[in-house]
Amino acid sequence: MSVNLKIDGINVSVEKGSTILDAAKKINIKIPTLCHHEDLCVAGNCRVCIVEVEGKNKLEASCATPAEEGMIIKTNTPKIRNARKDIISLLVSEHNTQCTTCYRSTNCELQALSSEHNIDHERFLSVLKPHTKIDKSSWSIEKDDSKCVRCQRCVRTCAELQHVNALTVSGKGKEMKISTFLNLPFSDVVCTNCGQCITHCPTGALTERRYFDEVWEAIGDPTKHVVVNTAPSVRVALGEMLGMPVGTRVTGKMVTALKKMGIDAVLDTDFTADLTIIEEGHELLTRLKSVLVDGDTSVKLPMMTSCSPGWVKFIEHMYPEYLGHLSSCKSPQQMFGALTKTYYAEKNNINPKDIVSIAIMPCAAKKFEANRPEMRDSGYQDIDAGLTTRELGHMIKQAGLNFAELEDTKYDSFMGDSTGAAVIFGATGGVMEAALRTAYEVVTGREVPFKNLNILPVRGLEGIKEATIKIEGCLPAWSFLEGAELKIAVAHGLINARQIMDMIVAGECPYHFIEVMACPGGCIGGGGQPIPTNNEIRLKRIKAIYDEDEGMPIRKSHENPEVTKIYADFLEKPLGHTSHKLLHTKYRKRNRY
Amino acid sequence: MTKKQLKRVDIILSPYSVSPYQVLINTVKRSKDEVIKEMINSGLRGRGGAGFPTGLKWKLASEQISDEKYIICNADEGEPGTFKDRKILSEVPRKVFSGMAIAGWATNSTKGVVYLRREYKYMVADLEKEIEVFNNKAKEIGLDFSINIFLGAGAYVCGEETALIESMEGKRGEPRNKPPYPIQNGFKGKPTIVGNVETFASASMVCRYGADEYVKFGTNDQHGSKLFSISGDSPKEGVHELELGMSIEDFVHEFGDGDTKAVQVGGVAGFCVPRKHFKTTIIGEGQTTGGATMIFNSTRSMYHVLHNYLDFFVEESCGQCTPCRVGTQQLLKGIEAVKLGEKEPEYLEQLIKLSQTMKVASKCGLGQSVANSFASIVTNFKEEMIY
Ligand SMILES: Cc1cc2nc3c(=O)[nH]c(=O)nc-3n(C[C@H](O)[C@H](O)[C@H](O)COP(=O)(O)O)c2cc1C
Ligand code: SF4
Ligand code: SF4
Ligand code: SF4
Ligand code: SF4
Ligand code: FES
Repeated sequence: MSVNLKIDGINVSVEKGSTILDAAKKINIKIPTLCHHEDLCVAGNCRVCIVEVEGKNKLEASCATPAEEGMIIKTNTPKIRNARKDIISLLVSEHNTQCTTCYRSTNCELQALSSEHNIDHERFLSVLKPHTKIDKSSWSIEKDDSKCVRCQRCVRTCAELQHVNALTVSGKGKEMKISTFLNLPFSDVVCTNCGQCITHCPTGALTERRYFDEVWEAIGDPTKHVVVNTAPSVRVALGEMLGMPVGTRVTGKMVTALKKMGIDAVLDTDFTADLTIIEEGHELLTRLKSVLVDGDTSVKLPMMTSCSPGWVKFIEHMYPEYLGHLSSCKSPQQMFGALTKTYYAEKNNINPKDIVSIAIMPCAAKKFEANRPEMRDSGYQDIDAGLTTRELGHMIKQAGLNFAELEDTKYDSFMGDSTGAAVIFGATGGVMEAALRTAYEVVTGREVPFKNLNILPVRGLEGIKEATIKIEGCLPAWSFLEGAELKIAVAHGLINARQIMDMIVAGECPYHFIEVMACPGGCIGGGGQPIPTNNEIRLKRIKAIYDEDEGMPIRKSHENPEVTKIYADFLEKPLGHTSHKLLHTKYRKRNRY
Repeated sequence: MTKKQLKRVDIILSPYSVSPYQVLINTVKRSKDEVIKEMINSGLRGRGGAGFPTGLKWKLASEQISDEKYIICNADEGEPGTFKDRKILSEVPRKVFSGMAIAGWATNSTKGVVYLRREYKYMVADLEKEIEVFNNKAKEIGLDFSINIFLGAGAYVCGEETALIESMEGKRGEPRNKPPYPIQNGFKGKPTIVGNVETFASASMVCRYGADEYVKFGTNDQHGSKLFSISGDSPKEGVHELELGMSIEDFVHEFGDGDTKAVQVGGVAGFCVPRKHFKTTIIGEGQTTGGATMIFNSTRSMYHVLHNYLDFFVEESCGQCTPCRVGTQQLLKGIEAVKLGEKEPEYLEQLIKLSQTMKVASKCGLGQSVANSFASIVTNFKEEMIY
């Protein structure tokens, strides 16, 4: 059913249930907003989006008011302008307006509103609370209450998208603020470090902890050999930080930029993504065999992916009894780190103590992951620093590079070779698709039966995707799988992961293999990606990922020549002794509260 | 229209008539439509502050199709200087329960809840005894309606009907966006009537007297009686039941100490009426009808009065919406700055404008009502603000 209304003299018809804001958008009328976010439920608390509804004296929040038949709306009248100016001035009056030293400057919704409306600093007195301490206790997240506009986007994000509820509102009146559980330091509360609260925060109140100064320091130190690996999803999002349209692929320019910045070796996380597929694929097949043939009840199915550290910490907190379902594979970042300080060091004859290994990630949780005490299998901290796409964007600006004009360069070798299968790790469903491309071929000797290797059922933004693949014509070693129907599922966003976990807890989970990514959309929507992120942007980044895949000469992980080589030269075989030492890990139970 | 001599009456607080729950028993023998019509004809308006016509609320609720509906009695009474609901609940609780039960019967709801202010916890034992009597009576007469007590969260804003519902659902007591209204989507997402204690007691009085008799109390514009919690500079502090429609002049004559310079009508959320407007102002007309009425004599500093009000709002705002959370702080800080000479007196105009923004742009009645007292006090007692 639809309703008809008139906004600024223009007739518009929208679905019943739409808001006035939706209706205005439809006819290209832009109403300023602040607490509104496309991903989240309506809050209606900032009151920036007020409009006049004919017949009412009160102004209505357009984001929170349903469009009704016959409504006559005005969006730009003196009454609205005065009230809006008051409201933005009020927000500024309780704000620590140190834009010059703020990480979100030029990418901040409050700053933009204030500047658009030419807010006069003198209109009201400052009611900023003195002496707010910045919480820097977490490896991943920094929280500065003096920059908070109390829009509660973070609270809604953590509850609605991630179902973690690490953030709540505490206090009332002038003491009202966004608080962690019991106002404990961020490092001490149940938080997955996913960083979704950061990408949904309109201001500089929540940011990732930055490590680029340490990285510059290492680059400048002639005794250090600085190695960088860049995650698949960074190459389709970094351009946004540097003024390029959403969905631009900047792989070659990014490599050039890193080299110009003085990085000694620019390598590709895709290499360990491919390696993950080999290890994890074999782990899956081994588990299937243990359960189906040997009847081993200590081996758990479904097996779940473990490359998303936010997801790993989530299950450690929320479902510690089910850790056995997680693949023991480290994430590609951590595999990379462990190999950099062993294999890479050995081959290049560099003392691993002189290597500084840096990961450029779409992720905030990778910072925490890099600092997990168990991630030192090389004998050193495997990854010295994890930077976000946003931090890399800043560093490129700091280096004074004209990014758009840079030529393309290839990744260094070795550990720089990539396949299309590795690239799609960046999108939800990608790990599954890559795993199937390889596992099916390992088992049957034939390519996965999907046109052009594109396994469409696992792609896209639906919260939980599922597919069934019938295995026929097995090679002799895998004959126990003949005729089996492999049931798989893909979940992204922890709220969806929780649904799957609850199926497992209830004993009603029909799947054998499940991919989980903590962030909605997968890594392309990660907590370290450029802001804003919404579904429109996610879809564009996803498209860029699959375009990149289609353009690759090799699109299956097991065909990556460097992967073949590392098994020949160093690892021997999948799930072998060295693999176990360097590429696999254990998980731990963490507190539920 | 000839001026009618309005007086104190004794309807709500009068002792029970012959037998308890007789009004309820008689009423549920009638047709539901007829009773709702009676309620509409009585002109009864909600006594919780917003003054919404009670009959209409019941009618809308009765038209909702739902497997479950709720009747919530709002006994949060958090407004400073109000204690009328407490008095009703301790002296004539059966009138309140009758009103709730009639509302439930008329709208097909079977569950009633008394949302009791946390500070009134001491009343729970007595109320529970009374509720047991009621629940037994309901069973006896075959009425499918029972009542429970829910102890409030302890914040003024939880008296706002949607915040109240949030708090009953175990969430933080923050007002919701309206629409949807509780009538459509209330407690647990079900249609819900939230009504004030006095509203339910008055509803049962309407049923007892009949609308025709009930409207004889009060004037042509305002029907019935209402309880006023009178405080401040009055020799007769306490709860008094008055016919509606009284001018402030008559009121001050009756309750003032002879030196009244201003009356705050409708509690902190209401207006401050200066002496020069006593004659022309009718209590409760076009204003909030909350029951607190504060009388100030010439020894009072209106600056301090306003300062106290603003202190209250700064504390009690739930803090979720910008105009109210920050606006209240600005108003308070602003009058302090003007008083100290740190801001020019003209700044008061800027603040009045801000209070008007709060009135039109705040999310709930709390922020929307701050301008009432602020603008009326600052405008009428400007010198006291500056010097
Ligand atoms: C901040 C705030 C506090 C309120 N507190 C109360 C209260 O304590 N008791 C009450 O009955 N209504 C209170 N209300 C009004 C309720 O929202 C609601 O309108 C009322 O309970 C409806 O009942 P009525 O129609 O019988 O008046 C308050 C409103 C606001 C905005
Ligand atoms: S959060 Fe925004 S407005 Fe605040 S200091 Fe940072 S850039 Fe400026
Ligand atoms: S990082 Fe993720 S889990 Fe932690 S508070 Fe933010 S949204 Fe919640
Ligand atoms: S921390 Fe950010 S998202 Fe959360 S309420 Fe503050 S400004 Fe909004
Ligand atoms: S007006 Fe005040 S009390 Fe009401 S929702 Fe806004 S901040 Fe909360
Ligand atoms: S954007 Fe509508 S109230 Fe905040």
